[in-house]
Amino acid sequence: MSDISPAEWTAILLSVRVAIIATLVATPFGIALAWLLARRDFWGKSMLDAIVHLPLVLPPVVTGYLLLLTFGRRGLVGGFLADHLGIVFSFRWTGAALACGVMSFPLLVRPMRLSIEAIDRRLEQAAETLGAAPWKVFLTVTLPLALPGVLAGMVLGFAKAIGEFGATITFVSNIPGETQTISSAIYSLIQTPDGDAAAGRLVIVSIVLALGALIAAEWFARRATQRLHGN
Amino acid sequence: MLRVDVEKQLGEFSLQASFTGEGRVIGLFGASGAGKTSLVNMIAGLLRPDRGTIVLDGETVDDTAAGIHVPAWRRRIGYVFQDARLFPHLNVAQNLDYGRRMNRLAPDPAQHARVIDLLDIGTLLGRRPGKLSGGERQRVALGRALLAKPRLLLLDEPLGALDEGRKLEILPYLVRLRDEANVPMVYVSHDAAELRQLATQIVMLKQGRVTSLGGVKMLA
Repeated sequence: MSDISPAEWTAILLSVRVAIIATLVATPFGIALAWLLARRDFWGKSMLDAIVHLPLVLPPVVTGYLLLLTFGRRGLVGGFLADHLGIVFSFRWTGAALACGVMSFPLLVRPMRLSIEAIDRRLEQAAETLGAAPWKVFLTVTLPLALPGVLAGMVLGFAKAIGEFGATITFVSNIPGETQTISSAIYSLIQTPDGDAAAGRLVIVSIVLALGALIAAEWFARRATQRLHGN
Repeated sequence: MLRVDVEKQLGEFSLQASFTGEGRVIGLFGASGAGKTSLVNMIAGLLRPDRGTIVLDGETVDDTAAGIHVPAWRRRIGYVFQDARLFPHLNVAQNLDYGRRMNRLAPDPAQHARVIDLLDIGTLLGRRPGKLSGGERQRVALGRALLAKPRLLLLDEPLGALDEGRKLEILPYLVRLRDEANVPMVYVSHDAAELRQLATQIVMLKQGRVTSLGGVKMLA
């Protein structure tokens, strides 16, 4: 592993940065959506649920292309953000983070939703009778009890984000140092003569990162069960 | 003083209850399915009546005609549930302190010590609810409700989940609570013997209707 080249390191670090930013930004939205889906009944709920899961079943190229149409420099949202807030996504690492965030969102939301659904609502009622306003009930009872699930969702989302390829390369291309993540670096390397060894090293890095994330998610899930049983 | 006059339709079941409660412990007596829990849930503010009013010490907390519904968290009505419902992620001391923190009350070490002493839970403070027996859990739940300084304490079959031996263990605490804690209570039970020991007034509920009101003697 010691002979990882600077270019490979660049791709690895970029992947990690993109995945961390994608996960951190997606988390508050994920928690809010998980709570909404777990606790509220409203018109269009199954539609919203389907939209959240769409990136899981759509071809990643399609998701990437839709992102390009929406968040590209000439896209409806992208144009507005670029002109008014100076935020540019297309062909930038920020765009890679956006693509990874969208692609990993279903995996991030799911454990959060399940852990909120598993919380005994009668505990929240007890908190109310003790004088806790609804937002305090959420912060002092719901969220702490759901925390292992929230962390598990973040870990899974991170693992998915770090391996994302199709939507990212479609949306922000494959620019070394800017948008070339581990996946797109491997893709370039296996198309290059003599690239096999470097590709192999990055493949090993991917496997290690993914396995680590899955083990971490499993550990958090176990903690969640313990927490709910009050030990 | 508690004045209740409410109607609520729950599926096939219709609840229509009207009574005025005075005295330290109002015993709400009735078989299971008589609507006792729904009624106390309405008093607590966890369930909204379809029609009617609930007035506690002159403050209207529910009046459907006037569109008044004070949410549970603003009522200052304590609730001890049959299943304790301690927060599993907090230890006993944190559970006990929860109501004080949520109501932003200043620490009251004297009351804290008195309640812990009254319920004999001083040795449990560092433990998690998962490590408590059923009786211990119920005592902590009582303490937690009291330390939030409620104006009224609702107890919904607090001994219901306990076996005979445990019941006899908790009952003396409830008697002490009635005599020393100075909080009016509504005590729900289907056990006449329990109410004879604790209640000062009885409201009898049968299939969603109040069938009689009066002293404890009517349970004899």
